[in-house]
Amino acid sequence: MKPRNTLLTALAIAIAALALWFADGTLGSFAMRILNLSAIYIVLSLSLNLVNGFTGLFSLGCAGFMAVGAYVSALLSMTADVKEMNFFLEPLTPFLQNLSLPFPLALVAGGACAAIAGLIIGLPVLRLRDDYLAIATLGFSEIIRVLITNFQSLTNGAQGLKNIPRKATTWTVWGVAAATVAFMALLTRSSYGRQLKAIRDDEIAAEAMGVNVFRVKVVSFTISSFIAGVGGALLGHMITTIDPKMFTFMLTFNILLIVVLGGSGSITGSVVASIAITILMEAMRFLDGPLNLVFLKTDGLPGLRMVVFSALLMAVVLFRQRGLMGDRELSWDGLAKAGLLPRNKKGGMA
Amino acid sequence: MRHKDIMDLSTFLQQLTNAASLGSLYSLIAIGYTMVYGILRLINFAHGDVFMLGAYVAFYGVASFALPWWIAFIVAIGLTGLFGILLERIAYRPLRDSPRISLMISAIGASFLIENLGVVIFGGRPKSFPSIPLFDTVLNFGSVSVLSVSLFIPAFTLIILFALLFIVNRTKTGMAMRAVSTDVEAARLMAIDVNKVISFTFGIGSLLAALGGIMWSMKYPQLNPLMGIMPGLKCFIAAVIGGIGNIAGAVLGGFLLGFIEIMVAAFLPALTGYRDAFSFVLLILVLIVKPSGLLGKKQTVKV
Amino acid sequence: MKLKTDAATMRFGGLTAVSALDLEIDSGEIVGLIGPNGAGKTTAFNMITGVYAPSEGKILFEGRDMTGRSPHSITEAGIARTFQNIRLFSTMSVLENVLVGCAVRERPNWFNSVLRTPGYRKRSKASHDFAMELLAETGLAELADEKATSLPYGKQRRLEIARALASRPSLLLLDEPAAGMNPQESIDLMNFIRRVRDRFDLTILLIEHHMQVVMGICARMYVLDYGVTIAHGTPDQIRRDPKVIEAYLGVE
Repeated sequence: MKPRNTLLTALAIAIAALALWFADGTLGSFAMRILNLSAIYIVLSLSLNLVNGFTGLFSLGCAGFMAVGAYVSALLSMTADVKEMNFFLEPLTPFLQNLSLPFPLALVAGGACAAIAGLIIGLPVLRLRDDYLAIATLGFSEIIRVLITNFQSLTNGAQGLKNIPRKATTWTVWGVAAATVAFMALLTRSSYGRQLKAIRDDEIAAEAMGVNVFRVKVVSFTISSFIAGVGGALLGHMITTIDPKMFTFMLTFNILLIVVLGGSGSITGSVVASIAITILMEAMRFLDGPLNLVFLKTDGLPGLRMVVFSALLMAVVLFRQRGLMGDRELSWDGLAKAGLLPRNKKGGMA
Repeated sequence: MRHKDIMDLSTFLQQLTNAASLGSLYSLIAIGYTMVYGILRLINFAHGDVFMLGAYVAFYGVASFALPWWIAFIVAIGLTGLFGILLERIAYRPLRDSPRISLMISAIGASFLIENLGVVIFGGRPKSFPSIPLFDTVLNFGSVSVLSVSLFIPAFTLIILFALLFIVNRTKTGMAMRAVSTDVEAARLMAIDVNKVISFTFGIGSLLAALGGIMWSMKYPQLNPLMGIMPGLKCFIAAVIGGIGNIAGAVLGGFLLGFIEIMVAAFLPALTGYRDAFSFVLLILVLIVKPSGLLGKKQTVKV
Repeated sequence: MKLKTDAATMRFGGLTAVSALDLEIDSGEIVGLIGPNGAGKTTAFNMITGVYAPSEGKILFEGRDMTGRSPHSITEAGIARTFQNIRLFSTMSVLENVLVGCAVRERPNWFNSVLRTPGYRKRSKASHDFAMELLAETGLAELADEKATSLPYGKQRRLEIARALASRPSLLLLDEPAAGMNPQESIDLMNFIRRVRDRFDLTILLIEHHMQVVMGICARMYVLDYGVTIAHGTPDQIRRDPKVIEAYLGVE
């Protein structure tokens, strides 16, 4: 990297951290929650982008892996009393009843279990082609949900889990989001990342060039599941209640919306879209309530907000298929070229 | 107790008729999926929502406009067919030369848009379909009792199956459809109006979805804007099981799925909670063992 | 013996695309595979490179049985190929395309890649150097950062060859390398292929329609028609073979 860019990146991170610190101190808890939610969406959209955008696999299983991560992390970190309160219909299996891990360990365990689920699911389905893969991963995601609903003594079934420790603080979620961004940037710009993109561009040519296509796909899918699991776990530790109904296809759809809008194959695109969409989703809540637009008065149309978002996705796919960023990234060099930064005088070759 | 039930012939017959009616309902919807996939290689995620629309339009025809039920049904089926054609125009045609992933995302987007519009326009609260005596009569055959609609559905399905097989295999339009599904470019060169064929296919598929939706609401008279999601997914699965692109396969897959669902629920009640997972498990098994489905042809990738 | 196919046969349903193909290619040879359209030449390539597993028969590479192995493991063993309809990685630069070919020797794993371990850095540096060397050899060095698909057709073909060479093969399969080239370009290509063979110590099997090219650089050739090997021998023998003339011109 050019010294200028390293400097600018360090500066940007410092400014972001400072802004976050400032926001944490001044914004109300509701606004902070939305800001933190966008950090979790960054994690989740990067997870989906790794598979859909960088590896070219159309997976719709995101919600299932999130559910695995959320449940595992919640069950491992709740105290024995809270568990007892939750499981009033049928007691939790004794093994888990008295196990209570520190939050970071529970979080990693959530990701790891999601990764294992991803591996188990990936081995059979990653041999399938595009739309079959989509429907099979969607199917598995639903199967996970049905299993969670029915394993009363392990998951508390349809009642879900309440009073999950509120551990996903501002610094935790943004730290995880930053780590995920860094991980993705390093991975996609490495020799290994090039293999992912090769599969996306032309699977047959990639295989002929000696890329072990199936294995690389499985690795990508498993890593993505891990990240989705961590994201799901963070979500649980932020809103403190989870139940199987949360993890329907609708959730995958929201994340897909972010990835497509930001540009599949673009990390910065996902980051920007995560923040924009999360804030927009909240800002547009007024649409569901009574409207008074002078010429148009309604007394609340619940669902109008989602209409707007579905229409937005349709519009992007139809008119700007490649999303905000396409597969490009926001970069210092790009900004410099656009004249938004002073020209680099000293910097030599990359 | 349970062993006695299994031995009980009349229970079995009862479940068999239930399975036949559910299965034929699935088939009806699966045909639409399979036809669209056969021509565009697209999973029309919005098909289940077209099904929902059909049911709602019929409902409003009967409940709000006080039309005789058969006029309401015909109008609903017609309008829904037109809607299907419109859907293809707006959401799929502009993307025909784009990567398949874009097309699929558009389909998912369309599906959510229709569902959410449904919530806004029809209201999120379920509506109950007024009873129509012709379909709502309980008939008793010995100890087996059947809702009359359950006899109509398989009859409709079989009539439609044969009509479609006739159209596809014996008419000029059908020949054009087969040509487009084999090779769009070649079909275009042969002066086939590809757009017309695709519109026709969407129209027919949507008509059948509407009929399916109406029959569904005769059987389960609760309407809600999300009612199409599960049947939609299941019928797609039925189409895959039968061999997607193959009309007879869709019917076979639909019956099979209906049969398995009813029978497992009836005779293995412990598994009832997993009911919605059966179809997905079945789907994944089929995809792994024979991705081309029961009646489908194997395809090789061209290098 | 570099490559030997032992009665390799490929059937699709009722159609026999290639029947009982017996190729024998020695180290350092440039051998041609010719025949009319649909004769099964590309199918033969696909069998050798593992895209299809032969319905019958064997593929032996340097005496080792390759039958039924996956394409990437065959590439790893030392067979590389180009495609008739160019298949470059469209979102990548020229250099990146070649680097993908290097990966089979570099063997990156995701963990070391993300951590940028010293071992990873060393190996990826070596790949980078080798890729630049290949680009220089193919006359594409100045275009290293261009998008691969923005190159003119002839250069895209060269890039495909560079990318194939990046996997350090000892046997190179070229599927119609001269397709779409004018006579002068074809002559350049012939010289290029010879130079590459000498420089990288290769054995080359190529499919070609330009008779001028095949006759010009191949010491021997095989002729396929409807999947059947109807002749093999030196260019002179092939030129005079009545069966070949019949296959190309039709029965009079």
